[in-house]
Amino acid sequence: MKIKILGSGCPNCKVLEANTKKAVEDMKIKADIEKVTDIAKIMEYGVMSTPALVVNEKVVSYGRVLSPEEIKKFLK
Amino acid sequence: MDPFYPLQIFVNWLVYSLFSLEQGSVIGGAINFFIYDSIKILILLAVIIFAVSYIRTYLAPEKVKKLLSRKFEFIGNMIASTIGIFTPFCSCSAVPLFIGLVESGVPLGVTFSYLIAAPLINEIAAALLWGLFGWKVALLYIASGWVISVVAGFILGKMHLEKYVEDYVYKIKMKQGLKAQKKLQKERISESLGETKSIIRKVFLYLLIGIAIGAFIHGYAPENLLTNIAGKGNWFAVPIAVLIGVPLYSNAAGMIPIVSSLIEKGLPLGTALAFMMAVTALSLPEAIILRKVMKLKLLIIYFTIVALGIIFIGYLFNWIL
Repeated sequence: MKIKILGSGCPNCKVLEANTKKAVEDMKIKADIEKVTDIAKIMEYGVMSTPALVVNEKVVSYGRVLSPEEIKKFLK
Repeated sequence: MDPFYPLQIFVNWLVYSLFSLEQGSVIGGAINFFIYDSIKILILLAVIIFAVSYIRTYLAPEKVKKLLSRKFEFIGNMIASTIGIFTPFCSCSAVPLFIGLVESGVPLGVTFSYLIAAPLINEIAAALLWGLFGWKVALLYIASGWVISVVAGFILGKMHLEKYVEDYVYKIKMKQGLKAQKKLQKERISESLGETKSIIRKVFLYLLIGIAIGAFIHGYAPENLLTNIAGKGNWFAVPIAVLIGVPLYSNAAGMIPIVSSLIEKGLPLGTALAFMMAVTALSLPEAIILRKVMKLKLLIIYFTIVALGIIFIGYLFNWIL
């Protein structure tokens, strides 16, 4: 599974990244977590409000810091 | 009747009976002022931030983009400034927002109206003004901020500054058809509550310090402290107030209670309003972030026009009030 965190490095983005790592660990799944900070790349996903979460190239959430529990729903 | 009248009775009782401070004494007055203002402002802040956050759940940037694209200038400027009232300037989202709007064909001037209104009309400042000066001044602040955003955005649009936007902005192609996130009523409310808590936690300390300094000035500073140096007769007071406001970004919560006490000591309201607008709208971190998408020349033009607008409002209110 490929997971991407889109965000320009603001505090919210770091929280989302930490929560995602926690969700992945809890579920014991294999996943690549990549942080995308380049604004042009972020925009290519059509996202205007960061942080956003991308699972297998699909934008599942944007403009919100999801909790680990919420993230788990998208990783099933 | 003033809805905060019961609070004043309670604080009077607290200060003069429970703490047994002498009524009419300077220290009693200052402490009374501090406790009453702190509680009143916190209540107003909580209510207003919650209301604005709730409205904001309906104004996600993706939706704003849709609302503003294919709009004519001027009407577009007015809609953009109105939306800007409810959205804050957030360092996380200013750049993606700017690119997103430009990319989807929103006219540059309309984008600017939004970009000016978002930080200029700040709900924390509005709540504080309401608490300290009454709703008329708060409304005056919102209305004049709105006019500055509409006019400045319109002028910037007419100047055809497209070539001063960083070139890469035009090359970005956004994937279309990102579905708007559906939100349940429950989610909207919990989101707004979370936002309210986090903002209050952030400004709480600055606010109390600001109110404490304000209470001190209220009690101890001489009555006409500022009448001579910054009174209406001094034409330089407004631009200087704006200049002082620029480095004080993000501390609107702490500055406004201090300013409110300075008004009692002879600072004209227009000058004070200009100062507060400079604090919220002309900030260095904002400039640094926007430099990523604007060439220096555009950034300077943008900030100059907003500053001139604020100075104009300052003079106008000094003149009419």
